[in-house]
Amino acid sequence: MGERFLMKGNEALAEAAIQAGCRHFFGYPITPQTELAAYMSKRMPKVGGTYLQAESELAAANMVLGCSSAGCRAMTSSSSPGISLKTEAISYMAGSDVPALIINVQRGGPGLGGIQPSQADYWQATKATGHGDFQILVFAPATVQEMVNLVGKAFDLGDKYRMPAMILADGMLGQMMEPVEIPDGSDLKLPEKPWATNGHQNKREHNIINSLYLTPQALEKLVKERFERYEIIKKNEQMAEEYLTEDADIIVVAYGASARVSHSAVDLARAQGIRAGLIRPITLWPFPTDALQKAAQTAKKFLCVEMSMGQMIDDVKLSINCSKPVAFYGRTGGMIPTPEEVLDEIIKLGGEK
Amino acid sequence: MAVVFEKPHALTSAPFHYCPGCTHGIIHRLVAEVIDELGVEGKTVGVSPVGCAVMNYDYFNCDMVEAPHGRAPAVATGLKRAKPDNVIFTYQGDGDLAAIGTAETVHSATRGENITVIFVNNTIYGMTGGQMAPTSLPGQVTQTTPYGRDVNTAGYPVRVCEMLSTLDGVALAQRVAVDCVKNINVAKKAIKKAFQNQIDGKGFSIVEVLSTCPTNWGLSPVEALDWLREKMIPYYPLGVYKDEEKGARLK
Amino acid sequence: MSTNYNMILAGFGGQGILFAGKVIAYAGLMEDKEISWLPSYGPEMRGGTANCSVCISDKAIGSPLVTAPNALIAMNLPSFDKFIDTVVPGGTVVVDSFLIDKKVDREDVKAFYVPATKLAEENGLKGLANIILVGKLFKELGFCSEESLYKAIEKCVPARKANMLELNKKAIKIGMEQ
Repeated sequence: MGERFLMKGNEALAEAAIQAGCRHFFGYPITPQTELAAYMSKRMPKVGGTYLQAESELAAANMVLGCSSAGCRAMTSSSSPGISLKTEAISYMAGSDVPALIINVQRGGPGLGGIQPSQADYWQATKATGHGDFQILVFAPATVQEMVNLVGKAFDLGDKYRMPAMILADGMLGQMMEPVEIPDGSDLKLPEKPWATNGHQNKREHNIINSLYLTPQALEKLVKERFERYEIIKKNEQMAEEYLTEDADIIVVAYGASARVSHSAVDLARAQGIRAGLIRPITLWPFPTDALQKAAQTAKKFLCVEMSMGQMIDDVKLSINCSKPVAFYGRTGGMIPTPEEVLDEIIKLGGEK
Repeated sequence: MAVVFEKPHALTSAPFHYCPGCTHGIIHRLVAEVIDELGVEGKTVGVSPVGCAVMNYDYFNCDMVEAPHGRAPAVATGLKRAKPDNVIFTYQGDGDLAAIGTAETVHSATRGENITVIFVNNTIYGMTGGQMAPTSLPGQVTQTTPYGRDVNTAGYPVRVCEMLSTLDGVALAQRVAVDCVKNINVAKKAIKKAFQNQIDGKGFSIVEVLSTCPTNWGLSPVEALDWLREKMIPYYPLGVYKDEEKGARLK
Repeated sequence: MSTNYNMILAGFGGQGILFAGKVIAYAGLMEDKEISWLPSYGPEMRGGTANCSVCISDKAIGSPLVTAPNALIAMNLPSFDKFIDTVVPGGTVVVDSFLIDKKVDREDVKAFYVPATKLAEENGLKGLANIILVGKLFKELGFCSEESLYKAIEKCVPARKANMLELNKKAIKIGMEQ
């Protein structure tokens, strides 16, 4: 095991990307993700990479489109309002089967909102990261170490399935420091990308990266093929952490920062003899339906905890076909729930001692 | 039998979809001839715009990427930073380059991004059916300026080459036309220079090509060429606005 | 005995609040504890108040945002006023009494007054009042071993500022003497 050291989540995301073979970062300043870009500006020149501060989030995301089209591992990062601007390029990348990594260090919204941590972009990340029929991979780390681990995973799966991937973090995870171990990526072998527009060298037909299909039959066929791929991803790539769920009457469902709080709340409940457990989705798309369905066979009630007015709760209900009651507790606007607040909700649901 | 005229290798065999009298075809051919002459097709990647030329990824034989509207210079920046030895060009219309993509245009230029931009200015949004463009002339009737472009409400046209020539990142800013053989020859030389500049690492090079849109102007192809000469060229004078290595003025 | 420290360090931007928090966090890391460090951020960091939450625990840390600290270091009056009532009963409060002309009016917390900014000036440790206060908190709580604390300082002082190393250690010692 390598040495553990303290790193901010934002910086850990950046270093993990470099270790995952990313040599091209295109950014635009926004709180609370700025340390990520600043770290890249310091590190990229030292590893022969590119750090480019674009004129806007629109431009940055489209630079990623170009760079990924050439076959490189490219990324951009922002926070909520900036992600809205990046959705243009994300939709085009999804429609052109181009992988990329987009990081959202969420803050409160809507509009300019606030700068404190939030999870109010769940719908945007999992349902509509732009116009059109498409999905992107969405990963929700809950610790700085997991941020590191999921960056590599996001690049790998993005390349494997040829689609954009997002790390959905928040201001708390981005700003906090925790002990972390960064994998050494020096022996990394990156996959071949025969589809890339990197110059045909007079050795093959020309490659085209494109999302325009003026014949509806052709576009429908392509979108359907893409959704067949999505089904494979849903089957194979779900990730969730289950904590004390086996005998739990009440299962809290929470991701990212709110899962940390909920984990403490479950411990408090258990200390009072309440049989509570936690399911922490790690992939938000594909949503870990399997884990929830399994839990629904034994649990009596679910409590969805989010730093929003309730967005993931829809997926929780759908996953279990509303077979059990699903309650909600959330704080929004940059407020972080406390373990005691969540415990109160567990008790309100009649957690049995 | 001696071959006296043939299709450049850098063009595919796909027939162009452009309207009769539209000069996109000529400009495509000039770009393809330059790619052939410089022998760079294998390492060239083109970026298609949104607009009438959106499907030119089917026409050029090099690798192609279709960009969102206006973002071609950003996409080109990504392609170039990924593979600096490759030759990257964008092909954009006036709505794409000078309206929705103004920020990307100006900032790729001022960064001295080592790319080649072919800018086709026909003073109108062609694909969507002839709306006012940022380059529509004062008084010009379009679908969205039915009484003629009123500069008091719709403002004035953008002179792109003049504007970009003030930026130190720009190596070449030249306006040409393809209305006659003489001008076509000048245009080809300019396009070749814009590609050669990139190969030589000189910086951002843009060639603005004044073009016709007979369909949306409501003119015959011949009348359209006359309109280009009589109306457009006086507002958009042909010529070289900047021709020096990027940053030369700072030395 | 299980370790569970939830600390808040607070003061003006520029007093080294975040750095002091980082030293404490690293000290926990040296002993293989679970730790977290969370700063306040945004406009308030530009000359206004700055604070950070530090947790050291045997168990995985839930929310790194400390809302009920069992230890508080306060380096200016606004921070003192903001956080003093959030300290849990039995908690420890260390106040820079040179900058804060106010006493803790709670009976249920242990309050210590150290004129850290003045001590720093007098001992040629300008800018290290923060570390003097860390030294005092360490003396009162013993949140790690003394060795770990010095190791943490070595981790936090950049190599190019090696001369700062001894000054920081001296600041800890002065804090411990209070």
